[in-house]
Amino acid sequence: MLIKPGSKSFWKLSKPLLFLICLLPWVILLLQAFEVMGLGLGANPVEELLHELGRWGLKLLLLTLFITPMRRWTGWNWLLGFRRMLGLFAFFYVVLHFFTYAILDQGLDFDAIIEDIIKRPYITLGLTGLLLLIPLAVTSTKGMMRRLGKKWQKLHRLVYVVAIVAVWHFYWQVKLDTLDATIYALVLMVLFAARVYHAHSSRS
Amino acid sequence: MLIKRPKDILSSEITDESVYLKRRQLLMMAGIAATGVFAGQSVVATEAVDSGRGRVLPAVKKSHYSTSQEPNSWSDVTSYNNYYEFGTGKEDPARNSKDFNPRPWSVAVKGACDKPGNYNYEDLVSPHVLEERIYRLRCVEAWSMVIPWVGIPLASIIKRFEPNSDAKYVRFKTLHDPVRMPGQRRRTLGWPYEEGLTIEEAMHPLTLMAVGLYGRELPNQNGAPMRLIVPWKYGFKSIKAIAQISFTKKRPRSSWERSIPEEYGFYANVNPSVSHPRWSQARERPIGAGVFAGKKPTLMFNGYADQVASLYTGLDLRKNY
Repeated sequence: MLIKPGSKSFWKLSKPLLFLICLLPWVILLLQAFEVMGLGLGANPVEELLHELGRWGLKLLLLTLFITPMRRWTGWNWLLGFRRMLGLFAFFYVVLHFFTYAILDQGLDFDAIIEDIIKRPYITLGLTGLLLLIPLAVTSTKGMMRRLGKKWQKLHRLVYVVAIVAVWHFYWQVKLDTLDATIYALVLMVLFAARVYHAHSSRS
Repeated sequence: MLIKRPKDILSSEITDESVYLKRRQLLMMAGIAATGVFAGQSVVATEAVDSGRGRVLPAVKKSHYSTSQEPNSWSDVTSYNNYYEFGTGKEDPARNSKDFNPRPWSVAVKGACDKPGNYNYEDLVSPHVLEERIYRLRCVEAWSMVIPWVGIPLASIIKRFEPNSDAKYVRFKTLHDPVRMPGQRRRTLGWPYEEGLTIEEAMHPLTLMAVGLYGRELPNQNGAPMRLIVPWKYGFKSIKAIAQISFTKKRPRSSWERSIPEEYGFYANVNPSVSHPRWSQARERPIGAGVFAGKKPTLMFNGYADQVASLYTGLDLRKNY
């Protein structure tokens, strides 16, 4: 039997499924970090953990931004129903990325962390992105959406700033080979272009 | 909550060291047995244990320049490093250098010396006694290892080329062969990789031409068949797969210096008080210590200050990074 997208049973099934899928990278990283079942994170596990959590944060952030253009092309309005969870998982991975940096990488050496934030532009950018995500996560509930009304959408446009800052943060910490970071930047540009295109075509 | 674990993590390294020693015993036994009746069998057994690793180097003598620190495991040393000729990821060199054949090999010797020419690997190496040098290695990316290299003091090799009074610097070039070195098909760095030392640095007793590690021939991913080791400088100075050595009057420009001059200089001495523009060099992450081990302070000249600081008296190390 086919379940109609947007129906009650559709959400009942798809949301827990998406939740588990989004959690999967974290579960795998945990198993690798604790070297369960012969898994591992290689010779520099802290660096690997840090980079993977950051990448997943960025991937989910871009996926969140993909919902709207996808919905417009396909007319599948039910896609909107997944956006909050994707956004919150992006926040989850970014927060873990930060804690990995602060606790495992820097060993909670606050002087070193403060020095990094002040002196290293890519760290400054990363922290900016994380801080800007906090109000978005806090106001992601239905109650907050209702309370903020039109202001909610305005506030949540901050996600564009966060996405730029996040890609920039990635790009700036690369030693030399920027190919990966460039791919993320191109994906972001396409997502922005889709919005600009839509704004133009709906005006005329 | 997460902090109390370093003890059992270190044991992996100890295990590896004991495996290393046991293997040496085994090989000695195999060597003895090889003269006896069961020769074939013993050798086959030893080969099986050591599959995937290079030939054991003969008659390696110990050196008082070695650190007493515990070396990193074979797997750490051979699975995590930078070698852009085989890709820019840390695991790329091990993955992409499998088919690289470092033999036959010859090194072109040029410039201000009386014995220039093409020297093949055997000519360069066989007149010398091999030494094991257990050195700290500090990468410019703020991680570090302890590695039991096997090699020849570079000074001993260089003397044979009889450099003249114009030889103020020594320039090294890596093999340039995009067919055998797939990383050279992309323009990440300018190819071939180039590095340089002052003649005093090159003649310093710590400077090593490595041909092996852990008592065996150098694995491809670590720069086979021969590479430089300059333990008081950031790792990128220690150029791999050397195909050319020239003696020059002018200071050579190294590949990283050419590529990003504001971040990488000619000297590249390990210096905790001079930050890389994008990250601190004050601390380093010891590889192999596990997820929950912290960083440790980086030492001036990577802990070799007593031996090398005099090379740089009067030089502003902040400007000459």
